[in-house]
Amino acid sequence: MHHLVLERWSRAHSVLHARDPRAKILLLLAFLIAVATTPRISLASVLCYACVLLVGISLGRLPAGAILARAAVVLPFSATFALLSILAGDRERALALLVKSYFSALAVLLLAAVTPLPKLLRGLESLGAPRILTLVVQFLYRYLFVISEQAQHMRLAALCRGLGSRARGRGRMGFQAAAGAVAVLFARSYARAQGIHRAMLARGFQGRTELLSAPHIGTVDGLFLFFGLVLLLGLRLFLEVFR
Amino acid sequence: MHIPDGFLSAPVWLGLDAAGVAAVGYLARRAQLELEEARVPLLGVMGAFVFAAQMINFPVGMGTSGHLLGAALLAITLGPAAASIVMTAILAIQAFVFQDGGVLALGANVLNMAVLGVLAGYLPYRLWGAGRLRKAAIFLGGAFSVLVGAILAIVELLLSGVSMPPSILGVSLVLFAITAALEGAITLAVVEGVEALNAGFVRQPSRARSSAVGILALAAVLLAALGILFASAHPDGLEKLAENLGLASRARTLFSTPLTDYRLPFLESSWFSKASAGLVGLALIYGVCLLVGRLLSRRRSA
Amino acid sequence: MAAPLIEVRDLRFRYEDGTLALDGVDFQLFPGETVALFGPNGSGKTTFVHHLNGLLSGEGFVSVCGLKVEKKNLPLVRRKVGLVFQDSDEQLFMPTVLEDVAFGPLNLGLAPEEALAAARRALEQVGMGELIEKAPYHLSAGEKRRVALAGVLAMQPEILVLDEPTTFLDPPGRRDLLELLRRLPQAKIVVTHDTSFARALATRALFFQKGKIVLQGPLEQIIQRFRWDPLAEPGAPAVLA
Repeated sequence: MHHLVLERWSRAHSVLHARDPRAKILLLLAFLIAVATTPRISLASVLCYACVLLVGISLGRLPAGAILARAAVVLPFSATFALLSILAGDRERALALLVKSYFSALAVLLLAAVTPLPKLLRGLESLGAPRILTLVVQFLYRYLFVISEQAQHMRLAALCRGLGSRARGRGRMGFQAAAGAVAVLFARSYARAQGIHRAMLARGFQGRTELLSAPHIGTVDGLFLFFGLVLLLGLRLFLEVFR
Repeated sequence: MHIPDGFLSAPVWLGLDAAGVAAVGYLARRAQLELEEARVPLLGVMGAFVFAAQMINFPVGMGTSGHLLGAALLAITLGPAAASIVMTAILAIQAFVFQDGGVLALGANVLNMAVLGVLAGYLPYRLWGAGRLRKAAIFLGGAFSVLVGAILAIVELLLSGVSMPPSILGVSLVLFAITAALEGAITLAVVEGVEALNAGFVRQPSRARSSAVGILALAAVLLAALGILFASAHPDGLEKLAENLGLASRARTLFSTPLTDYRLPFLESSWFSKASAGLVGLALIYGVCLLVGRLLSRRRSA
Repeated sequence: MAAPLIEVRDLRFRYEDGTLALDGVDFQLFPGETVALFGPNGSGKTTFVHHLNGLLSGEGFVSVCGLKVEKKNLPLVRRKVGLVFQDSDEQLFMPTVLEDVAFGPLNLGLAPEEALAAARRALEQVGMGELIEKAPYHLSAGEKRRVALAGVLAMQPEILVLDEPTTFLDPPGRRDLLELLRRLPQAKIVVTHDTSFARALATRALFFQKGKIVLQGPLEQIIQRFRWDPLAEPGAPAVLA
């Protein structure tokens, strides 16, 4: 599952990894807003934003090729609409769609690659995200791999038993078999959730999940955030003036 | 359909983010008050289940297959409020971990799929899930959850000034309709499978709490969306609309390049006006069914 | 003879669908002893141990360290009885090892720093001090089992209940767990099919069948009586009433 690669990246060590997640989230938002509000995609804007991202990748000690490739998942979608825009005579929008969607995806990936998801969630919570939502995301992420592995096993077992073969009538049976497999996965997931709840109760859970407190934002993080915002604001204003 | 960043114009994504934050905030607060924190493991695990279930292929002949999307299934088994929270969590993971859908666009995607899509998926079941039309209701729920999400996404793109000539629009809607029918069929098959394992997994539709406000909001938004789609049959009309609302971004150059003379044959044809008339008719029928259903259920409980 | 840590008298329990799971169970656990629970699958062993910390509540009398197991005592009871579940994936539900082990102490009301300290101590105790920042699904079955045990030890229980602790463990894993459990002073109840594991730990055993304890006694006697050791007499079936 390709979220495991991200897991590995996010648990490495670098200057960026060590920064407070709140600072990183705010800088991401600033970057995304800067890109989104850029009126015209000029060479200058591409260079500026690309620079910021590449510096980020380098500070995060991340494999550039893999990162650039992974963010490219957004391109097929953007390319389709870019094509439509070109056909409608709007070349600028076509370029904007491609560049903005790719750079934005890259920025989000950069954040995810230098911040383990649980820390990211705590950061979002500190910034105001509802606790119940971050907890659900946390549990989802925790069991994402486990249950996906279960589904893989079921798929493999079904394939071993001839599912998907071109025998006549297999198509319809295949549909029902798939529905049965999903239903079984549902039931097992439900049972697992009940088991988790029992395990929580057994260790004293009384209705509210107590969490370890988030660390205070340090001086380094404060400076990082401040200068990062200043840089992004400066770039954006520069691009406003020099279209 | 997950909208990436860079597509929506500032007023659109700002407005939808605000609405999305408000909607999710309301749902979360309600869940917190109802001591739903005990259900967090269940919601999280069922979110993981949806991801995993999407790996299982449902063959539909001719070498193609679909997979479960899950909004309607979640709504029918967990209830619409919980389903919305799970779907929001799923969208968040998709955006941050898989770069499927943007972060600034998260508000739009959450509203389209996690809030309104879930509501649309639940509505037929709420109205007709207790009677003879149960199977049809579940099917429609699956179908509507997809259609609503897709239509809203297209409308938001159009409002942002993204070009979608009517023919492409028509083709897209047909594709969405097929996906919707597939989701309906898959949802129905899975719900029946789940019920066979344990009848308690699936909620009783009549005991659900009244979601009148949600239903009315959904209906209003849908009609507006369909109206906008209809208006897009006349590109000038949509441009005027978007400009008047100040929504289309200023970067859009209008008909000034050599490619402007490229015209699509369907642009002026009656085919699309018929299709859009059909869509409006659908919306009307939907609205009528809604009213009739509510009248009947009110009578029954009176 | 010291007062029993756990006292169960005539415990009966029916599931929601009416199946009788426990049909009058009497049991006592004394300080310092380790008791093995044997019995075929579905005989009620897990259902029984879930009554000891109030996850299930049936008819009859259950008391832990002198406290009756009822709603108002549950927080304290759940502190005294540390239950290690059969499925470690269900028990390790937090994102990292450290957070998971700290879950119990936090619920007991400890401040975050104290909870973290208790978690670290417990992880050292089970030999997992190096892996505190790891995510649970990166751990092996043996490591998960030890972290689950740490999660329970961090609450300083007086009784340890382990439900099929050797499931999925390889021989080194089993050996490590055995040595670890031997070092722990708490009284223990071990639900297991692994007779050699039980032999190394327990002195007394109970045999469950259809919701009742059909026999209690010295470990070896129980194993012989029911021919519960799969390797002892090849070909001879287990004796079930």
